[in-house]
Amino acid sequence: MRLFLMILGMLLTTVILLGVAGFLVFAERRVLAFLQNRLGPNRLGPLGVGQALADALKLMSKENFVPDFADPVLYRAAPVLVAFSVLASFAVVPLDQHFSWAGNWNIGLLFILAMSSLNAYGVFMGGWASGNKFSLLGAVRAVAQLVSYELPLGLALLGVVLLSGSLSLNGIVAAQSLPFIVLQPLGFVIFMIAGVAETHRLPFDLPEAESELVAGFNTEYGGMRFGYFFLGEYLGMTLIAVLTALLYLGGWHGPWLPGWIWLLIKTGAVIFVFFWLRATLPRPRYDQLMGLGWKVLLPLALFNIMATALAAALWRLA
Amino acid sequence: MRMWRNFVDLGAGLWTTLRQLGRISTVSYPEAPLNLPPRWRGRPTLTRDPDGDERCVACQLCSAVCPTRCIELQAGERADTRRYPLTFRINFSRCIYCGLCEEACPTLAIQLLDEFAFSKQHHADFIYEKDALLIDGTGKHPHYNFYRHSGVALGDKNKGEGINEKPPVNVRSNLP
Repeated sequence: MRLFLMILGMLLTTVILLGVAGFLVFAERRVLAFLQNRLGPNRLGPLGVGQALADALKLMSKENFVPDFADPVLYRAAPVLVAFSVLASFAVVPLDQHFSWAGNWNIGLLFILAMSSLNAYGVFMGGWASGNKFSLLGAVRAVAQLVSYELPLGLALLGVVLLSGSLSLNGIVAAQSLPFIVLQPLGFVIFMIAGVAETHRLPFDLPEAESELVAGFNTEYGGMRFGYFFLGEYLGMTLIAVLTALLYLGGWHGPWLPGWIWLLIKTGAVIFVFFWLRATLPRPRYDQLMGLGWKVLLPLALFNIMATALAAALWRLA
Repeated sequence: MRMWRNFVDLGAGLWTTLRQLGRISTVSYPEAPLNLPPRWRGRPTLTRDPDGDERCVACQLCSAVCPTRCIELQAGERADTRRYPLTFRINFSRCIYCGLCEEACPTLAIQLLDEFAFSKQHHADFIYEKDALLIDGTGKHPHYNFYRHSGVALGDKNKGEGINEKPPVNVRSNLP
């Protein structure tokens, strides 16, 4: 019985997350339109929310086509892997102190990093299995980008871990009587930039880069397989936003309102920043992207860790 | 120093987009009214003068000037020698809305007013006859009446009694 309820709950969580991803696709189009003096999709349903449903239905009703030149097994497996790795990461994300699947898990943060590496495999498999030059280029870019931005991301997280002394997300939030953005401003900035690159969202969307690589690693994908990639991208953005809220903005701590509402507000604000960046910044050149990752963010992240460790040690001495 | 400038530029760019938030320039046209510019060239129409009589005197200038030859009319004459179009036909599937007919018209009868959204299933439906072209209003020139300015005698006015009209000169006494 207990197992059955657990499976049901997990199914419900997944469905809610899929709904969130669908809504975010719509929300992005709407917010982007407002930032560009347009109206955006406003026809279907109140404020146009029905557009999310229409998009999902359109993707689901399309043919699941496998090109002749593609590797059929990997081609089918890649989108599932991408969607799975992101969905699995949400298991350790707590919505509140007592409201999560594995919020207390003592390797929560490591699990998320591992899953985001798995995500890179999915993207690479998709691009490789498509048997298309654009896809391959996109996939190569994706892997290089994900690998080189995972380092500063992980190192920035290490600062938080040093301060809180815990790898579980519950523990990290519990340690924040003062939000870590105050103690780790540099770490926060590094985490945000690396997070944008990690979810390959604009301005770091070089793996997809519509204007040069058609659609990068998902050029050959259509229908619900493309939908999975899309889902992975938007849920990945949500994941980074939730992590930012949990690790740096104090999670569910906040006056008056219940904790989970605070978390949602903070997450929403970070997601808005993602949209805002997309509306503003142009895509950098590939060598600039790599240069930023290795020559700026990595040294800064290392400096951040050393400074944090030194400050923590001095604090303990004093 | 250069990095600092980059950050400032980044902030300036972000602020520029944020300032645009909600400044919507889209007009939801069928629901919201469209604000057409005053010189908008819509569908040509035939207007009436302020007295309610039709302005067109069937001089054929519009037909002659039309670059696509889409205007066709036949002239008729009333008992008081005032001319009017017996038929007036514009083929709107050929009209290019250039406005030359409006410029050529000496009596300001044909005017390109603000109707622009009209669509039909068949090309034949675009051929408008006089009863569809003639409107009851005066269009863009509410006070103009050609016959009140011209040196033509009307029922209630003789030559030289109109607006800005000088009495006719006796050609014999005007000789040098």
